[in-house]
Amino acid sequence: MSVLEIKNLQVSVITEAGNKEILRGVDLTVKSGETHAIMGPNGSGKSTLAYSIAGHPKYLITGGSVTLDGNDVLEMSVDERAKAGLFLAMQYPVEVPGVSVSNFLRTAVTAIRGEAPKVRTWVGEVKEAMASLNIDTAFSERNVNEGFSGGEKKRHEILQMELLRPKIAILDETDSGLDVDALRIVSEGVNRVKASSDLGVMLITHYTRILRYIKPDFVHVFANGKIVEAGGPELADKLEEQGYAAYITA
Amino acid sequence: MSQLTTNYLTPTGREEAWRFTPLKKLSGIHDLEVSVADNVSLFAKSDLPKGVSLTTPNTSDHPPAYAASDIVTNRVRKEAKKITLLAIADNTEIAEPIFLQRKCGPTAEVSRTAIQIGVNSRATVVIENNGAGKLGEEIEISLAAGSSLNFITLQEWDLNSVHLAQHHAIIGKDAQFNSYVVSIGGSIVRISPTVEYTGMGASAEMYGVYFATDEQHLEHRIHVNHSVPNTKSRVNYKGALAGKGARTVWIGDVYINKGAEGTDTYELNRNLLLTDGARADSVPNLEIETGEIVGAGHASTTGRFDDEQLFYLQSRGIPADIARRLVIRGFFAEIISKLKNEEIEERLMNRIESELSRVGE
Repeated sequence: MSVLEIKNLQVSVITEAGNKEILRGVDLTVKSGETHAIMGPNGSGKSTLAYSIAGHPKYLITGGSVTLDGNDVLEMSVDERAKAGLFLAMQYPVEVPGVSVSNFLRTAVTAIRGEAPKVRTWVGEVKEAMASLNIDTAFSERNVNEGFSGGEKKRHEILQMELLRPKIAILDETDSGLDVDALRIVSEGVNRVKASSDLGVMLITHYTRILRYIKPDFVHVFANGKIVEAGGPELADKLEEQGYAAYITA
Repeated sequence: MSQLTTNYLTPTGREEAWRFTPLKKLSGIHDLEVSVADNVSLFAKSDLPKGVSLTTPNTSDHPPAYAASDIVTNRVRKEAKKITLLAIADNTEIAEPIFLQRKCGPTAEVSRTAIQIGVNSRATVVIENNGAGKLGEEIEISLAAGSSLNFITLQEWDLNSVHLAQHHAIIGKDAQFNSYVVSIGGSIVRISPTVEYTGMGASAEMYGVYFATDEQHLEHRIHVNHSVPNTKSRVNYKGALAGKGARTVWIGDVYINKGAEGTDTYELNRNLLLTDGARADSVPNLEIETGEIVGAGHASTTGRFDDEQLFYLQSRGIPADIARRLVIRGFFAEIISKLKNEEIEERLMNRIESELSRVGE
């Protein structure tokens, strides 16, 4: 049982023109097995929340705390956060020239598990995970995210999640840019990991579409740098009908 | 470079061939006003097998087999009194690589070498350039009909060394020339691997790896001259750069002359910038005078390894130092693995990693 606890988190983005406040006191607790949908309009700070938790150097924490099972996440380096059990599926996965997918996956899994996976079982493990996400095995020899289509990038993110087996996963707009088939495949991947590992999920999205495939236990409306309303799945239905207009303050 | 002329004047830096090179740092090897020593500097590392000879006859008995346009090559020809001649007899297959070790003196010097591969013979020759040295050299390589040579030069110089060289291969009928140029050490390394063909079915594969850090200048100027029918060339050079003032230059000139029907050529250069403050120049150039060819192409890319990539890899649990090593190893593995020598492979990767760890110090 793991708990990611975000308390009064305040974050600014570092820009050349100075620091700009984005998150204005976020409170959220995500436990193993729970799925929290974070929904909000563009520019509300949803991605900033995701990237601050993962430790992106562009963001400056100005207040509050983030803990995973009581351990201070904000004191950890980016790779230590991943080792602690956090995973961020990125909206825009980064191309890494010169590093093949197979080498990348093996290195990441070795770092996370603390030992190199056994060659025989590892090959099978990767093949099975790739097959279930409809990823061609030739993918292994391509450079990480280089020349990938939008759908391939997102499936590759979920593939990593399956292999790295995090405690808490943050999915940042994983649904964006996916057609219906790709959305279904990606969602099934997330549900499969949830079913097998009691994963806690923070699902950041603009649209309710993905919630048809990944059922949230809690829905949070995010606006102007903080959570402004929280409820159950029915809140998503309300957003589907009424949009975010009511939450956007001039 | 298309015309092979003898232009024997000290370069000013305005010449096309010298415009990328920092002349002030060449220790006078290019400068006719500065004297250079004449030194035999290549030695076999172990006993040579049967069919292989290494001698140092007078250069006057071994006139150059081609006209050179490079100023340093011409100077080497003028100054060197002895030529280091590695000859492999006809119909001889040498399974183990032949290792030649460079031993330079304390001042700027020249060296002239010829490698002759007999009819239907096969060999691998490795030249190890390391330690301190200020060297201008020419290596003339001739492959007789049906022969095959893997020619590997490793520039693992100390960081103050200067090395200006031309490797010229003359490839006979159905002969296969494989060149591997690895440049990691040295203050300045400027190597011109050039190739000509004298018979149909001749083929050249030219691979290169270079890694430049703070203030290092590594320059590779490839020139392939397809002048007879049905010849082939493949060029693939990969370079990485890290640190302020790290500089690489890659020139890839491929000429397909009028009579060279059936030419098949492709050249590729990839550069990876690991930090800010480094600069890679890449100039592929293809000139085609006949349309009757199998194929001709080139590609050049220069990419960056930036903070976003580092963040991405770290966010998957990979520590920063391993992330950088991963990128570099992966990038170079394609070519370094072709050397088929694990000991050299590991030594090169270790040197690259140790230099990387010193960047910015």
